[in-house]
Amino acid sequence: MCCKGCEAVAQAIVDNGLTDFYRHRTENAPTGQELVPEFLRQARAYDHPQVQKTFVHVESETVREASLILEGITCAACVWLNERHIAALPGVLDVKVNYATHRARVKWDNARIQLSQILEAVHNIGYVAHPYDPSHQERLIENERRAMLKRLGVAAVLGMQIMILAVSMYAGDFYGMEPEFRSFFSWISLGITLPILLYSAAPFFRAAWRDLSHRQTGMDVPVSLGITIAFAGSAWATWQQSGHVYYDSVAMFVFFLLTARYFELVARKRAAEAGQALVHAAPAVATRLSTDGDREETVSVAELVNGDRVLVPPGDTVPADGEVVEGRSSVDESLLTGESDPIGKQPGDKVIGGSINFESPLIIRVTGTGEDSVLASILRLLDRAQTEKPAVSQLADRTAAWFVLGVLILAGITAVYWLQHEPAKWLPILVSVLVVTCPCALSLATPTALTAATGGLTRMGLLVTRGHALETLARANHFIFDKTGTLTLGKLRVLEVRVLAELDETKLLTIAAALESRSEHPIARAICAITSASLPRFEKVQNTPGGGITGELDGEPWWIGSIHFIQQQARTVIDADTVTNLQASGRTVVWLANRAGVQAAIVLGDELRPGAAELVRYLQSAGKAVTLLTGDHEMAAHLVASHLGITDVHWDQTPDTKLAHVRALQQRGEIVAMIGDGVNDAPVLAGAHLSIAMGSGAHIAAASADMLLLSQQLPHLKTATRVSRKTMGIIRENLAWAVMYNLVALPLAATGYVAPWMAAIGMSASSLLVVGNALRLTRRSKTTGNA
Amino acid sequence: MEIIYFMIPMALILVGVIVWIFFWSVRSGQFDDLEGPAHEILMDDDDTRSKNPESGPDKKE
Repeated sequence: MCCKGCEAVAQAIVDNGLTDFYRHRTENAPTGQELVPEFLRQARAYDHPQVQKTFVHVESETVREASLILEGITCAACVWLNERHIAALPGVLDVKVNYATHRARVKWDNARIQLSQILEAVHNIGYVAHPYDPSHQERLIENERRAMLKRLGVAAVLGMQIMILAVSMYAGDFYGMEPEFRSFFSWISLGITLPILLYSAAPFFRAAWRDLSHRQTGMDVPVSLGITIAFAGSAWATWQQSGHVYYDSVAMFVFFLLTARYFELVARKRAAEAGQALVHAAPAVATRLSTDGDREETVSVAELVNGDRVLVPPGDTVPADGEVVEGRSSVDESLLTGESDPIGKQPGDKVIGGSINFESPLIIRVTGTGEDSVLASILRLLDRAQTEKPAVSQLADRTAAWFVLGVLILAGITAVYWLQHEPAKWLPILVSVLVVTCPCALSLATPTALTAATGGLTRMGLLVTRGHALETLARANHFIFDKTGTLTLGKLRVLEVRVLAELDETKLLTIAAALESRSEHPIARAICAITSASLPRFEKVQNTPGGGITGELDGEPWWIGSIHFIQQQARTVIDADTVTNLQASGRTVVWLANRAGVQAAIVLGDELRPGAAELVRYLQSAGKAVTLLTGDHEMAAHLVASHLGITDVHWDQTPDTKLAHVRALQQRGEIVAMIGDGVNDAPVLAGAHLSIAMGSGAHIAAASADMLLLSQQLPHLKTATRVSRKTMGIIRENLAWAVMYNLVALPLAATGYVAPWMAAIGMSASSLLVVGNALRLTRRSKTTGNA
Repeated sequence: MEIIYFMIPMALILVGVIVWIFFWSVRSGQFDDLEGPAHEILMDDDDTRSKNPESGPDKKE
């Protein structure tokens, strides 16, 4: 067992007869996951009917139903464990966990069990569950996915029927076929193709129309034109009962394109689901104080108005923007600013909704809620940046579009030529030209290679959510990193314990941990985390927010805290050299003292993420520029930069200035990849050519990212850059082949030398070659994936 | 060969039924989670070790 937490989880699993978990699990659970005590306190609030209104579906008098997001699910066994554990609770009527989305639907009897008890039960086995209200956008994407799947299914099933008829007709070309049957088959094919054209291909036509009305040419314009002309030509041939029909090409073309788009949509849906959890960043309830300040009432955050006075207990999230009226504490604003150090707050200071109160209760006067809040303004910035996505991302589409458009123009010229010279032949030759140029090889060249590469990267824990991501990654020449949570772990850790007197280090650590165990401050939690020994009990413990803690052990007073606190309270003088020596590094130092003087100094800092140096070195050796942009102060920025060898460092950045910085680089023609994790990174992520978000970070950042590093292993990005370059190589090979093939086949077809069946065989062979080439990538990305 | 005028319409009706069944299965959410069921098959309900006195009959399946 790595810790007490795991021990408790294992105990709970065995006690409940759920030992099969160990048999079924396909992956080990992440260890050392932090328990979140403030979450448990908040769970109670979810029982409040006022709060439940937003996310609980009331089925009858006592039967309730809610959707839960489960965090910490790593494999199928986790799903199994959660389902069994929740179902075993008395009063739970039904529970179903979706493995793909990590969502659970729970139905329970409100008279027998409360929602908070269910959440606590989940928490007891080491997972975190919180209720959510499926957002409008998420529902839209889900509907879109289902509609797309139906279109795909129709194209597949009907396409197979058309293929059966088409094969018969190709065979008829060789062995002869009564015109009567040929005509019948053609009419049936026409009938089957109609639903594919009108239903399955509808999104292409709609997108093409949108492009045209905006005077642009996207990939959808030539696709729609190609489908329409091939269909119209075949319909004409069917009507005239002469010439070849190409319904099979239409069906297959639509099917392949839909498949590629479906997979892209699914990846995007996953990212959007991650974004849903941002709702969780804003607390659902607040404790409002009545105007005379005597009564407390629990209200939902939506009901707060400016001027309300709200009590924020330690460990809770600040419900809205406001000003402190009473109390002193420090808050963590890292979610919004990216700064890891807690910020002290006293009456008159402003606090931001979404930040977390650490030490002692605060009473705030609300100054901004909902649309007026800082969180909402960051979201607006994000929206704007997303709509201004640089054009380079659509370049691949556009190149292919021009190519196909060129083919179409050529086909038009051919048609006109034959119309003037030999009117009887113009249509079969036009259709031959359209088929032999094989949109298949072209349309397959990119998607197959991308799918093969993406599959390998996904297995590695790098989720590609946008089609252009791999291409842009291969071309990116400027990488920008955020500091906290990206290059570093974003958590305070004890880096060094310096003993300054005679006492034993372990003893000092137990004393420090015992004192700090009375505080919720991140520094305190970091110090508590390093010792597992049983802690002595202190008496007369006093917590001075922003200073430190004092307490008595066996009648002997001890102090722990900042240098000012120690000098003031313990009245000892600390050697100035030691102080400058320890603090010069830009790290946080906590001092431990008793009556005899200062006993120890504990140095805390944010640890570098493993592999960060490796990644930066690799990028620099590959000739890419690397920049560090951080909201943190100068000292902390330089500390990280010097360790990693980054020379281009910018500190004290806000979301606005970060975005401006990226824009400036883009103006100079650089292709910028941004790697970040926080809410404050979200706008700049959206503004960069390529955005990569850490899987653990704020979910809003994840939602706007082109790639999600779920594994949180920075070296995987190194592999990804390599894979992306290989992928681009294969795509170039595929496109080169397609172009070469077309250059040979097109003149032959245009001059009437290619019989329809030759065109068909040529087309299929060319497609197979392209797919085979792309499959080489799965083999390679597998080996690199394991590296 | 005239039988073909009967066989092909029959095939089309069959295709219609298949498409209808497919639409129904998409609507009822059978394609929402494609990974879970593959693992679920290994997890027996009648496994003695996973029996819990409180759980009663399993409501899931």
